[in-house]
Amino acid sequence: MIPISALQSTAEDLMAKAAIEIPDDYLDGLRGLANIESGELSAFVIQAMLENYEAAKEDRSAMCGDTGVPRWYVKIGNEARIEGGPIALEAALRRATASATKDVPLRPNRVHPLWRTDHDNNVGLNAPEIEYSFHPDADWIELTTVHKGGLFGSDYRMLFPGDGIDGIKRFYLDTLIAFGKRGLACQPAIVGVGLGGSKDICMTLGKQAACLRTVGSVNPDPGIAELEAELKEMGNTIGMGAMGFMGSSMVVDCHIEAGYCHTGGMPMSVHMFCLSSRRACAQVTPDGKAAFRTDPEWFTDYSRRETVEWFPTPQNLKQHA
Amino acid sequence: MVSNATKLKTARLKLPASTEDLRGLEIGTVVYLDGRIFTAREGVYKKAVEEGAGMPASEADIGNVNFHCSPAAMIRDDGSYNMGSVTATASFRFNKWLEDWFKISGCKIIIGKGGMSPEVYKEKFVPNGAIYLTTVGYGTGALLGRGVKRVVDTHWRGELGLAQCIWVIDVENFGPFLVESDLEGNSLFERENAKVAANIGGLYEGLKPAIMKRYGETDDREEEVI
Ligand code: SF4
Repeated sequence: MIPISALQSTAEDLMAKAAIEIPDDYLDGLRGLANIESGELSAFVIQAMLENYEAAKEDRSAMCGDTGVPRWYVKIGNEARIEGGPIALEAALRRATASATKDVPLRPNRVHPLWRTDHDNNVGLNAPEIEYSFHPDADWIELTTVHKGGLFGSDYRMLFPGDGIDGIKRFYLDTLIAFGKRGLACQPAIVGVGLGGSKDICMTLGKQAACLRTVGSVNPDPGIAELEAELKEMGNTIGMGAMGFMGSSMVVDCHIEAGYCHTGGMPMSVHMFCLSSRRACAQVTPDGKAAFRTDPEWFTDYSRRETVEWFPTPQNLKQHA
Repeated sequence: MVSNATKLKTARLKLPASTEDLRGLEIGTVVYLDGRIFTAREGVYKKAVEEGAGMPASEADIGNVNFHCSPAAMIRDDGSYNMGSVTATASFRFNKWLEDWFKISGCKIIIGKGGMSPEVYKEKFVPNGAIYLTTVGYGTGALLGRGVKRVVDTHWRGELGLAQCIWVIDVENFGPFLVESDLEGNSLFERENAKVAANIGGLYEGLKPAIMKRYGETDDREEEVI
């Protein structure tokens, strides 16, 4: 049985970690872009950001004053049992979101869309979002929080099989340029692309690709991996850098996740995870211990399975050991 | 201060600044501020301009620098303030209030994210002797937070909430910012957009148009979404 107190205190720690500490994979990727950036203004912006990450860590202060929309991804091992059940878990995540807002502090960002009601704690109607997935042969729970910038850099479009790779590239460029001008998307970004699925899942997959995969990770389908590399390269040759200034630093990495879609369509979504790519993860075991990390390992062979039945291979099992 | 040996011009500006003080600031100059600033965004504009409430305090009390921002801040039980990170919010949404806002606030500097359109600078900033500074990044909230010396006051907190109310803040070496629009209404983003635009046409070469159009879709790549 996983103690609920451990889940709540871990969730509180994760809220602060996500807000304050830039993940190493993103940082390394950004440094890589900075090293080859020749645009003077774009290079200055990235340098300021690198110093901002240091300041945030030293001062234990949120790296960005805009909290974005804090949310939760929960992966539950098939054998995991939660003290108080899933209802208690959801309460713990809502409490942690509210208390971290006060303690870090974070900006209370969440308001009612029409009445603009603000609880000053980032909790409200359908907020924070909690998404679930499951994992075979495991007794732990993994909590991930993501605080993604909330306004710009995402778009959805129904493409068709006839649009092909050209159509994908075109819509990708459209989105990057539209939101890259003036740096509305706060690039350089981790760009996530959702391909296929039903419309809502197309959005979900793209968002998860941006927020839950680390810089340097590749899709296991070699064809998709190749497209990821091509799109990354393409984004960095637009001629646009940080804040939309002339330069080459647009895409820290490009991740694509796919899902089976309607035979007549090829829906696509694009998401940009900004200069404050805030994600933090922990695995909580039945002994109440939490192991923190920055890689949510959200996508697994199990989550990407294509067949009716799931046949674990020794390799599949090892993957999440 | 951002430490790299940038070739960009750098200036430190004492607040309140008069139009005269802003004369030498060219677009693309890095600026750090010392003195008093205040936050105001849609909630404040609506109340002050649309509802006709005017300013909640005198220029002497709140200064003449308007930051498009809501800070990550909390008020402790004893009434003191805990201000962490400060980051600007996108400014283009506030165009419609600006003309009247300049009149009632006397602001000479607007700080925000992403700038405004060139017409807004020409029609609203230039006649009022005001410039626009953009934050850098834009997520340099922790660096900017270091420049905050003191929260002086808040206004309309009860009505507008923590995120939308006016925060009056004393700052020191507060930055970096970049001059996005100068006293003539030149725009750094416009200049950079034009440079980038030269390359964009080529990127699309050979990519056939989408099978199903979007209503109102255009192929004019010089357009912007703001
Ligand atoms: S997009 Fe990201 S870096 Fe930019 S203001 Fe929002 S949270 Fe901050």
